[in-house]
Amino acid sequence: MIGVGKIKPYTNVLDRPLSKGKQEVSLSAFAFLFSELVQYNQTQVDNIAELERRLEDAGYAVGARVLELLCHREKGNRRETRLLGILSFIHSTVWKVLFGKVADSLEKGTEHEDEYMISEKELLVNRFISIPKDMGAFNCGAFVAGIVKGVLDNAGFPAVVTAHFVPVDGQQRPRTTILIKFAEEVLQREARLG
Amino acid sequence: MAAIYSLYIINKSGGLIFYKDYGSAGRMDTNDSLRLASLWHSMHAISQQLSPVSGCSGIELLQADTFDLHCFQSLTGTKFFVVCEPGTLHMENLLKHIYELYTDYVLKNPFYEMEMPIRCELFDINLAQAVQKDRVALLGR
Repeated sequence: MIGVGKIKPYTNVLDRPLSKGKQEVSLSAFAFLFSELVQYNQTQVDNIAELERRLEDAGYAVGARVLELLCHREKGNRRETRLLGILSFIHSTVWKVLFGKVADSLEKGTEHEDEYMISEKELLVNRFISIPKDMGAFNCGAFVAGIVKGVLDNAGFPAVVTAHFVPVDGQQRPRTTILIKFAEEVLQREARLG
Repeated sequence: MAAIYSLYIINKSGGLIFYKDYGSAGRMDTNDSLRLASLWHSMHAISQQLSPVSGCSGIELLQADTFDLHCFQSLTGTKFFVVCEPGTLHMENLLKHIYELYTDYVLKNPFYEMEMPIRCELFDINLAQAVQKDRVALLGR
């Protein structure tokens, strides 16, 4: 199968040095778990917007924890306080830890000052998922949007984060764009900081 | 000339959950394909009972004058079979590869209901690629 997990040799947990957290998990195991998460939430809701919100909530909890962990592990207990700093922290550090690679692109919205976009050609959570036609623009990337929102909110950058499919010319599959719209107070603070 | 005529996937109770034909030869309408699928399911089961070999897992290859039928049964009872030109090689590998695609793009898709017809865009895309690759390999031989 596509995902290959590593098998760790057993050692006493106390003998082991503090882990760097670089171990990979099996992609298949993750895909089945995520699939079950979506299926479970589908039984609990009666419309698609509600399903999207529930996936986002599930991701939010991950984001909050990941921020805490990575600030400790990678940043020496410091966290980013500037807008561009936190965005590139998500784009590179968070993405690398969660998905094993940096995100394909990080762009500033052209129409609005407060919008930023993180784009992925093929989001890991969407690798095996085909959205049925009757579900319209629903994107399981809502889970990842939730992670991003969790990181931003807990770092003091409240924002509305959504996941969208964007068709790409000459490609059969659309890419996924995570759209981040910051709250007004964040931009005001940025302006004050100069 | 198309080497593969058609591909079928049937669930463990004999219902057709996926059918695709390639090229003009051996094309069937929906009713015929459903009938063939359930017929094959029963024949496969009977062959297991009738076989003189103990622990037989059913027909793997049916050779006829005008076509070959290669069948692969997964451990869970889902059957994959292709109808192809007589003497086409490497169909076992193709079927295993299709099984792999099925486990990846169908079973890991949260919107797929078990034992129901397969309607997954990613499965279709990857299947088309696999069959295409197989065709290119055949032309090369």
